[in-house]
Amino acid sequence: MTHRTSILALTSAALLCATALSASAATLRYANQGDLKSLDPYTLNETTANAHLGHVYEGLTRRGKDLAIEPGLAESWEILDDGKRWRFNLRQGVTFQNGNPFTADDVLFSADRVRATGSNFQTRVPADAEFVKVDDYTVDVVLPTPNPILNAQWDTWYIMDQEWAVEHGVEMPTPASAETPSFAALNANGTGPFSITVHEPGVRTVFTRNDDWWDEPEHNLDEIVFTPIASDATRVAALLSGEVDVIEPVPVQDIERVRASDRADVLTGPELRTIFLGFDQDRDELLYSNVEGENPFKDPRVREAFMRAIDADLIRDRVMRGLSTPSALMIAPELFAYSDQFERTAYDPDRARALLAEAGYPDGFEVGMDCPNDRYVNDEAICQGVVSMLARVGVRVNLNAQPKAQYFAKVLRSGGYDTSFYLLGWTPGTFDSHNVLNDLHGCRTEGSPRGETNLGGYCNEEVDALIDRILVESDEDARNALIEQAYEITTSEFAYVPLHQQALAWGVASGVELVQRADNQVLLYWARKGE
Amino acid sequence: MIAFIIRRALQAIGVLVAVGLISFSMFRFAGDPVNQLVGIDTPAAEREALRAALGLDDPVPMQFARYIVKAAQFDFGISYQFRQPVSDMLASRAPATLELAIVATIFALVVGVLMGVYSALRRDSALAKVFQAVSLVGISLPTFLIGILLIYVFSVSLGWLPSFGRGQVVDLGWWTTGLLTSSGWAAIVMPSITLGLFQMTLIMRLVRAEMLEVLRADYIRFARARGLTSRAINFGHALKNTLVPVITVAGLQFGSVIAFAIITETVFQWPGMGLLFVQAVQNVDIPIMAAYLMFVGAIFVFINLVVDILYTVVDPRLRSSLRAPT
Repeated sequence: MTHRTSILALTSAALLCATALSASAATLRYANQGDLKSLDPYTLNETTANAHLGHVYEGLTRRGKDLAIEPGLAESWEILDDGKRWRFNLRQGVTFQNGNPFTADDVLFSADRVRATGSNFQTRVPADAEFVKVDDYTVDVVLPTPNPILNAQWDTWYIMDQEWAVEHGVEMPTPASAETPSFAALNANGTGPFSITVHEPGVRTVFTRNDDWWDEPEHNLDEIVFTPIASDATRVAALLSGEVDVIEPVPVQDIERVRASDRADVLTGPELRTIFLGFDQDRDELLYSNVEGENPFKDPRVREAFMRAIDADLIRDRVMRGLSTPSALMIAPELFAYSDQFERTAYDPDRARALLAEAGYPDGFEVGMDCPNDRYVNDEAICQGVVSMLARVGVRVNLNAQPKAQYFAKVLRSGGYDTSFYLLGWTPGTFDSHNVLNDLHGCRTEGSPRGETNLGGYCNEEVDALIDRILVESDEDARNALIEQAYEITTSEFAYVPLHQQALAWGVASGVELVQRADNQVLLYWARKGE
Repeated sequence: MIAFIIRRALQAIGVLVAVGLISFSMFRFAGDPVNQLVGIDTPAAEREALRAALGLDDPVPMQFARYIVKAAQFDFGISYQFRQPVSDMLASRAPATLELAIVATIFALVVGVLMGVYSALRRDSALAKVFQAVSLVGISLPTFLIGILLIYVFSVSLGWLPSFGRGQVVDLGWWTTGLLTSSGWAAIVMPSITLGLFQMTLIMRLVRAEMLEVLRADYIRFARARGLTSRAINFGHALKNTLVPVITVAGLQFGSVIAFAIITETVFQWPGMGLLFVQAVQNVDIPIMAAYLMFVGAIFVFINLVVDILYTVVDPRLRSSLRAPT
């Protein structure tokens, strides 16, 4: 054997070994339809990105398998001074993956960074909250008014290492216009159960087990290899051929096929996102309608007629293939303790026609509808179903279904709320009703974030007063009673037509165990493989 | 000759500026990038700050001028989604696309020529009819369907080939290649067949037609009369004379192979530039979209330039006609 061929043989042998090793049982291969764009934990507030980074970074709190708030980097906390001061006792002996210790300074630094320009998580920490370092392992948060849900979203407010950020010049979250690439976008340094060892944006990210993690791992993995696979058919094929262990999502139409194979199964469950229809109730004349001089949607009877004309069960059976839960409220039942007090207004097309006639539209009317076609599960098909159901009560709907890029540019505030009737989905970031009421039901006011995503401009002073009280009420029962009161008003006025909660669908290879959390975060630190 | 090349190069720059202008004006209809950059519950004030930081508030001609000036220095800006320089991202993705395009073109040439020659020589054989049928499939079936069919047969049912990705990749510093590992070769088989199938059919049909034409020519009859072996006639004379148009077409088609790689790359999650472009379109990542379109435009212009120059080298008759207008 010549020298050259022996080198070649050695190289190929080494490569073969490398391939064999990487396929061993302790590697979990995961494919998602979206990619992990930036590793900076403050640049994109999106479920998939938050879940990915949650393997590396941790917050002061974390959420358990049932979404209950648990101690994270803070061991415990207490509320002092009538709710205006929160004291957090930090966990001792925790180190970042570069070896630096975790201390109160890192919390203070992260609190500044998350509220700085360029951060997409500014609302995680109130702008007027003041962070005070009591000692190295105690931090006080001082608030001007009580806030019972201060830490509700802190499970995804990830704590960064101050020294590391300063060393690499990433004290600020990278603004998109930065002339130089950000170090934090390509590298991560957290306290979590995994560290990122390889990150090729859009191609592959490798998470390696962090042996120095402070908590007891529940997983048995050495490594997670994440690959984005955008094409639905390819993603399902990769699962069925055994090339990946976990995929998210499984397209609704492929669920039966995956279940029928002996290689994989589908985990399904209701998601927290509520899909709903909204009306322009603000303009005096609709932008897209044949009704002139008045806005039919200002009349609650018309909105009720729409609610009664739409058969959510039929949408579930035909469009969603059984994978949706028709909803009565604008918030998922898992997130509101009194939601069983509410029942969905029944499907009744005759009553709908009668209501339209009462409101002065016996022959119905014509209206344009905006709908995304690549944002939610089967969104365009749902809209088509709605169009044909409304046609049965005499309302002629002109559907304008567009990709999310164009859709959101049109209907959001930046597009001037350019819509008369639309479909949207909402998951309250705080997992709390205040967010739903404030963002979707609060009166729109110039210069205030309240009601900014209230695209139709529903407005009721009474509801606004309740929202203010809900924000500061610390007693849980009293708070829930206020929320119930607010929902009673909004549902009796048919502010929106809630349709359903869509279902989660994760493809899981045989031999892999996963915990499916209702917020659709794929958290593989609870996964076990090959047992 | 030099004057000709300079004139052509100037035209090429004009074409590229036009491509830039057209793509730039199209982006106005692609949607609002800010919506893709932030979550839906982001307050308007935050959105406006980001909009200003991205320079999206400036008038369009100003945005375009700024872009062209920077592009001339190979600075295509920072990707909105990845927050990395676009030129680096394209450079890191280019090897995947070029490797795929080259393998697909070689596949199309070799198989296409062989099938073409065979079906010209044995016009009535059963195999030639099978080839004709295959070529019909290659021309009429859309690429994504062929890709998905291949995946279902060879990955899901048979388990022979990987359904996505590039396999084990070796980094050579300035280039990453999958062609040095067995998993890399396994991964490139289906994407290159999918991508090259259309060109293969085209070349097969071209070779067959040219070959039939040439076989009727006088010099072939003379060659036969002189008693040359049919092997020497078919491959030494007939095939050689059919290859000139085949190489021209294959060369010109190389540009479209790169451009059409978009679909193949999406189906096979091939980490090349096309996939990057598709994701950029979905997320309104204007810097990536613009740079990619400029790049494809530049490739087409370059290939045409090379072909033009080669013509004058190959065919002396063209040279005199070039001199005339000066």
